[in-house]
Amino acid sequence: MSSTNFEKYKSDGSLAGNVLEWVDARFPLTANWKGHLSEYYAPKNFNFWYFFGSLALLVLVMQIVTGIFLVMHYKPDASLNAAGVPVAFASVEYIMRDVPWGWLIRYMHATGASAFFVVVYLHMFRAMLYGSYRKPRELLWIFGVFIYLCLMAEAFAGYLLPWGQMSFWGAQVILNLFSAIPFVGDDLALWIRGDYVIADATLNRMFAFHVIAIPLALIGLVAAHILALHEVGSNNPDGIEIKAKKDEKGIPLDGIPFHPYYTVKDIVGVVVFLMVFSIIVFFAPEMGGYFLEFNNFIPADPLVTPPHIAPVWYFTPFYSILRANTVNFFWIDAKLWGVIFMGLGVMILFFLPWLDRSPAKSIRYRGPIYKGALAVFVVAFVILGYLGMQAPTPAYTLVSQICTVIYFLFFLLMPWYTRIDKCKPEPERVTQ
Amino acid sequence: MRMTMLKKFLIAALFVPLAVLASEGVKLDRAPDRSTDQAALQNGAKLFVNNCLNCHGASFIRYNRLKDIGLTEQQIKDNLMFTAEKIGEPMGISMSRKDAKEFFGAWPPDLSLIARSRASESGSGADWLYTYLRGFYRDETRPTGWNNIAFPSVGMPHVLWELQGEQVMGAEHKLTLARPGKLSSKEFDDAVGDLVAFLVWMGEPQAQFRKQLGVAVLLFLGVFFIVAYAMKRAFWKDIH
Repeated sequence: MSSTNFEKYKSDGSLAGNVLEWVDARFPLTANWKGHLSEYYAPKNFNFWYFFGSLALLVLVMQIVTGIFLVMHYKPDASLNAAGVPVAFASVEYIMRDVPWGWLIRYMHATGASAFFVVVYLHMFRAMLYGSYRKPRELLWIFGVFIYLCLMAEAFAGYLLPWGQMSFWGAQVILNLFSAIPFVGDDLALWIRGDYVIADATLNRMFAFHVIAIPLALIGLVAAHILALHEVGSNNPDGIEIKAKKDEKGIPLDGIPFHPYYTVKDIVGVVVFLMVFSIIVFFAPEMGGYFLEFNNFIPADPLVTPPHIAPVWYFTPFYSILRANTVNFFWIDAKLWGVIFMGLGVMILFFLPWLDRSPAKSIRYRGPIYKGALAVFVVAFVILGYLGMQAPTPAYTLVSQICTVIYFLFFLLMPWYTRIDKCKPEPERVTQ
Repeated sequence: MRMTMLKKFLIAALFVPLAVLASEGVKLDRAPDRSTDQAALQNGAKLFVNNCLNCHGASFIRYNRLKDIGLTEQQIKDNLMFTAEKIGEPMGISMSRKDAKEFFGAWPPDLSLIARSRASESGSGADWLYTYLRGFYRDETRPTGWNNIAFPSVGMPHVLWELQGEQVMGAEHKLTLARPGKLSSKEFDDAVGDLVAFLVWMGEPQAQFRKQLGVAVLLFLGVFFIVAYAMKRAFWKDIH
């Protein structure tokens, strides 16, 4: 939606009208309002899966607002206070106990981190269900994958800040991965840590990344994501282009203005989301150790390694892929293979728009092969996620190896199996 | 038809890892829930201050926070405040870390968050503490003369032995009371239950308020949902 297509606001002579005309002559206010909200035409057949985009935006705003208040009281300082507790750890407990409403702000932020991944995973799965990454939305998808990457970096940096045992040892495991890179690895890991071990320097730079660098990138990418979406228009559960059928005014026949129709619909989604979110924040903020790990209530101690180091749930599928590589191969160390495959596991998402060769976009009109492949893929991804939380055993390692192979075959064989799949004909107009 | 078979198989495959979840360590006894029982919490505070505090600190709990469990400032000052001058100070200890390490071989951990950090797949932090505090037994191979079923080779001696008496490890890894203490077995379990309730309270003193507020928030959201849904229905009535 180019902003030049909309007429400038003409005042009706009232004071408010004059002010608006003055602003509109100097700033594309009406054009943006119309282009992105009141005259942005979205397909009328959005279903359950289409709530998660607006919910991701809601969680982003919530994380930023709660984050601002947390930064007012949090201290990125690994030195010990008079009671022998690291200052960073103590400042989190200070927020939890002595700052008015601090416990609520902190629980919202911690639960928000997990909620962000829940809605983003569901949002990405929606794209896979209805082929939302397909032409002309390839760049929209690529911005989205960059957002996902930023989100992982943001979550990783943020998890170090409470400076508990899992913060410390989780970061130890992940930052040590850089040392697996040949020749430059050890120096690179040292440069990233800023010290020979995870220490105050590491904590301070992760704080800088978490509160400034990555959020800036995230907000920019989210803006680009939404601009790209509004340029090409939303996909829908039927996977057909509503812009192909327009009325005499150029409005898609199956399109309705985003505002008010989807603003009022998304408010319902927001309320339901907030209910689930509140149940966790108020009644199970630790979520049985999945959102706040029990070991992280012990201050970081470089001399005591926990018997079992597990990342938070949203990283565990990729952590499983990392650990599934147990064989030295082609003179390359198993650890490096693990890092390579973990990296490829995320990077392969960028290529999804070109791997998919199916004539139909939506799962509604795709054949049984893609349906089966997607189901197997989801099961493998969930199993990888589960195994990433468990201590490794030979049987678990074998299962995670099988699931890793499935994960990659889903993508690598996609050009072949989507082409031979028997798709049903797509409809002319959207169905309800 | 083949699809549904495939789906069933996949769903079954999803739950296989959950079924073979390995259990480890000692089976934990269930701690009684006394989180809303102020008399129990106050008795737990008394036991904590008399038996735990001064080797262990509770540096995130200020003395005046004990008003939350129904005590007055004067009661706190007269009966519980041994390690601080002012009521707003935390429950710290005077022993230095270095000395502690020399005396016990390890620094006795701060207990503010012990109930939250001891939770695991085998049970809540309260269950672990309840099992641990009742699980000391005589073991002459240990420097302190004590060992523990929940925490093998623990550095801490059995501080509550006068109350519980002395247990020994019998056949089939079962503890038996060799010499009774001041309290009967039932009374001791009850006292430990109070102490554990207090340790849990220290982990998150606002936990009860959090749950009460949660009910209010959900009620509000419930009303909001009705309004939001009615609004959506009204706006969408013409869309077919």
